[in-house]
Parts: sequence; structure tokens; C-alpha cells
Amino acid sequence: MYTYFGVGLSDLLSLWVKRRWGLGQCLHVCRFDFWNYSHLEETIEMTSAELKQARFISPVGSVGGGINGEALDDALAQAPDFIACDAGTTDAGPFSLGMGTPAFPRETVKRDLSLMLRAGRKANIPVIIGSAGTAGGDVHVDWVLEIAREIVAEYDLTLRTAVIYAEQDKTYLKRLLHENRILPLDPAPPISDSVIDGSTRIVGMMGVEPLQQALSEGADFVLAGRCSDSALFAAIPLLRGLPPGLAWHAGKVSECGTLVCETLGNGVIFTTVTEDEITIRPFGPGLRCTPQSVAAHSLYENSDPYLHRECSGTFDLTRATFEAIDGVTVRIRGSEFISQPYTVKLEGAELAGYQSIIVGGIRDPYIIRQLDSWLASVRGYIDESVARVLGDKAGKSLYSIIFQTYGINAVMGRLEPDPKHLPHEVGIVLEATAPTQDMAHKLAQLSRQPLLHYPIKEWTGSITAFACLHNPAVIDRGPVYRFNLNHVAVPSTPVEMFRTHFMDLGGPRTS
Amino acid sequence: MILADIASLIRSKNAGPFTLTFDIMFRDLASYRRVKDSGALNPATFAKLYRCPVEQVRFFECENALAFKFSIPRPLTQGEPGDGDMHGGQQFIPLMNVEIP
Repeated sequence: MYTYFGVGLSDLLSLWVKRRWGLGQCLHVCRFDFWNYSHLEETIEMTSAELKQARFISPVGSVGGGINGEALDDALAQAPDFIACDAGTTDAGPFSLGMGTPAFPRETVKRDLSLMLRAGRKANIPVIIGSAGTAGGDVHVDWVLEIAREIVAEYDLTLRTAVIYAEQDKTYLKRLLHENRILPLDPAPPISDSVIDGSTRIVGMMGVEPLQQALSEGADFVLAGRCSDSALFAAIPLLRGLPPGLAWHAGKVSECGTLVCETLGNGVIFTTVTEDEITIRPFGPGLRCTPQSVAAHSLYENSDPYLHRECSGTFDLTRATFEAIDGVTVRIRGSEFISQPYTVKLEGAELAGYQSIIVGGIRDPYIIRQLDSWLASVRGYIDESVARVLGDKAGKSLYSIIFQTYGINAVMGRLEPDPKHLPHEVGIVLEATAPTQDMAHKLAQLSRQPLLHYPIKEWTGSITAFACLHNPAVIDRGPVYRFNLNHVAVPSTPVEMFRTHFMDLGGPRTS
Repeated sequence: MILADIASLIRSKNAGPFTLTFDIMFRDLASYRRVKDSGALNPATFAKLYRCPVEQVRFFECENALAFKFSIPRPLTQGEPGDGDMHGGQQFIPLMNVEIP
């Protein structure tokens, strides 16, 4: 009998579930108290000590990225205990969270999900998907669930499914805020009741506990809303009592798929966590993990290469070592974990307005050499037109007009070190943002004439200064969003912010 | 010699919507050590290049990855109107020309 997470007696509803995992060699007896984190108790029976490991496949960096089916089959032959994959990111920007739409085409998500679910059934192992539909809101989760239903019907699968929703109730968050249980990260925008109320959607990034609860109840398929990427892979190793530093680090190095390899390629990652080490290797043509490629992966998209904050604490890679086992496999040791008070990261998006744009360019060297002052004059003229035509409906504080000047500093903005180097041609995108699409459209319409004809002293008479790319010149972009939270919530339990629904897709399992 | 001639990869990227992070990576330990020993990469140099307070610059030397890392707050939050680089991937250019004596 192996026990961890501290032992406590639960006096509320708790559940004993027995099920077989992996190849059926290892009997797990899991007890969960779903209501009281401080009493969270986990007990695992193992048939023999040498089975204390967890083996898993990370088939692709993001569901919809394009799984290599052949490599997945090869990895499946290595007796994995589970398949996990992240489906989300904030990297694409705030639109997915704000609008409730996914960033990947439905067809690519269905293809990858189908490969994973069929592989999971073939090997009789769970499939864990997190941050469904890019942003991991409820609408995103339901979008992926619908795709899963189609796959189940098409391939005649049966899937004991746990759907875990991560969207946050605003009344609940405001209560936490008043209890000083929402804390800013650095840097954080200001937070208040009105920021929460004004958000289009707020999600909490779950840790391993809601996933573990779902798995302990026998889920073959865990479909989670916003979730820590590493948690998807750490949940089962932690359930098995493996060292948290290794469990979390294994998730971290595996979650981006073959990005951990020396060169990017089309394959899958196979990772094993044991009591004292992680081994990681790719399956796929020409792919290899090297000590440097695996070590370097902890740098990617993290502000700190050594310390990685998760809900339950921080994993610390300061003392991690990386060594080559063979030409493609790397061994990691020494990763550590520091337990900390439980927090859940919040992600929120709010409507920034509606946008219309005009795309074009300028070639006239007389204008290019005075572009800033010329655009400022154009801008002044636009503001006057707007005030004249739209009057009080469009006060200056209500809208914004921004010129992105490609060729000068559109890409780096105020970080541009070389703004004085003038090109022979400048691309311009005018972005008009306003509280309604109608107003944004009119702002852009009113901007076209001054952009075309605003005079310069070098030429006498009427000029046409701006080369429009399109007719009509104005493109309506619809709603645009901004990220409005960089905060963590301090819940009473690791699971209270997340809602789990169980369902049998394709009917109850008969075996 | 400039940093771009020695590094195998200089890159920038979002680390979440509020932070920009910069990685400078090398092919071999000798190249890494050469840059490290030159002292040319440090928070003060970076703060000057990116016109931000030096207190906001986080700097890491990661010998096992043969890499240096800098992180700073994003000048504009990712996706804010006016932000011209949604993924933060094109912000590394000033680092290319850092002179390595």
C-alpha cells in the first residue's frame, strides 16, 4: 500500500473506484475526497515495485497540428499508460477566448482527435485532452465534445468520458476578489468588480486534481477546458506516486510534441517517468532528442527557464541534468518540486471594440521622409471630419485610429532601434477601433480621403498620396478583444472551480 | 564580431500575453563560453537596447542548454490595439548586433 498527499479522513462524500490501467498489470485503488482539499487522500496499491513508472505518448504539440499516424502506431507498441495532448494556447491572441471560437479548422482537430481516441481504445488506455478548442472555455469544450461524438459514431467506439469545464462564474470570482483571494501576477492590469463583469469570458487554468478525479472514476477520455499543459501529462504519474519534480518536468518537456527535438519534424514523443528519472525519445523520421535540445526546451515561451509555477507549487529545474542514452533518447534527473499554496491562474478577455482597417502603401519619397508629421496631419483632419459628420456620437475618447507603418516601425513599435532608416516604400494599415462596427466602418471611410489627398508643401496642386490595395478600401474585422487578467485565484479546494460531467459516448462499456 | 555571427539562434517570443522573452542559443560550449566570458550580455546592455528600466530585465545564463535568456514586460499587452507582433517573434533584432569583443 502506497500513500501520498498526506493522509486524512474524509467525512463527506467520497468514492472508491477500482479499475485496471495500462496493460492490466497494475491494480489501482484510488480514493478521492472531492470536497475537501486539505483531506485529499490518495491510495494506490501496486502489485510490484518495478511497476512504479508511467509511460505516455505526446502525439502532437496541439490537437489539430497534424499527428503522424505511423509514428503514433510505433509509439503505441511501447506499452504506454496514456495519451495526452494540449489543444490550447494564448499564443494566437485574445480573440479565441473573447469570441468563443477555436483557432484550428474543425477538420484538422477531428483528424487528430480521431487518431488519438482510436489509439486509446486499441491499447485500452485513457486519452487526456486539455485546453479544448484553443481557449478552453465552455463553448470550446462543447465544440470538441461534438467532434468526439461524431468520431465515436463513425468508428463505433464506446468512451467513458469526463468533460471538465473551466469557465468561471463571475459572482464566484467577485466573492474571491472581496475576500482578497485573487492575487496579481507581474505585470498585471488592474482588477475590480467591473473588470470581472466586463469580461466576455474568464477561464481558470486547472491543475492535475480535476483530471485525476476524472481518471479515478474510470474515464477513458478526459476532455478538459483550460488546463496547465504539463498537468495533462503529470496527472497519472502523480497518481502513481512518482516524484512530483519528475512528473511535472516530464509534462513540460513533452507537451509541445517534437518541438523538444533537435530539429522540428513530424513525429510523436514517448516519455517514461520512474522513481528517479525521466526518459524522453521521439518516434518519427529523422527526429532525435539531445541533451541540449531537451534542456533548451524549458526556455521556450517561459520567462524563467528554471522555475515553472503550477497550481500546487513550482517545479525547479535548477539542478536538472540531461544526458544522452542513445542517439535519440535523453535521460533527465534532478528535477525538483516545491509545494506552495494552491492557486489557479485566471485568463480573461474583454471586448476592445469593433475594428475596420484600410491597407495600402506610399512610395513618394517626399512623404516618406516626413511620414510621422504627415500622418499626424492626416490624423488631425480625420478627427475633424469625424467630429463634423458623426458629432457627439463619436467623441474622441470613444475611438482609436492607429497607423501601422510597415517598413518603418510597425513590427517593433517603440522598441524599434532604427526608426530613422527610411525605406523606398512604406506599407500602411490603418486600424480604426470603435464601440460599434458601424462607427468603426465610418471612421475608416472618413480616413480614406485625407490619406489619399492630404497635401505636402513639395507638390503644388492635388496629390494622391496613398495606394489603396482594395476596393472597397475598408475591411470590417468584427469584434476585437484584449486580455484583461494576469491574476491567480486562491480556491478552497483544487476542484471547486471546475465542473465535471461524466457521460458514456457510444453507450455504456460492455467490457 | 557580433552576436548573430556566434549564436545558432536568437529568438523572441511571448511568455504569456504580458511578457516578452528572448533566447540566445549556441551550437557548442566554446561559443557559449566566449559570449559569457565577454560579459557583453547583461541586464544593463539589454535595458539600453530595449529602452526599459534595468530593474524590469530578468537575465538567465543556462549553461546546460547553451543559452542565455532575457525576459521583460511587453510594451503593449499581446493583441492590444497597436500591438504589431501578436506572437512577439520579431522583437529580437536589436540583439543581433551586440558586439562581442
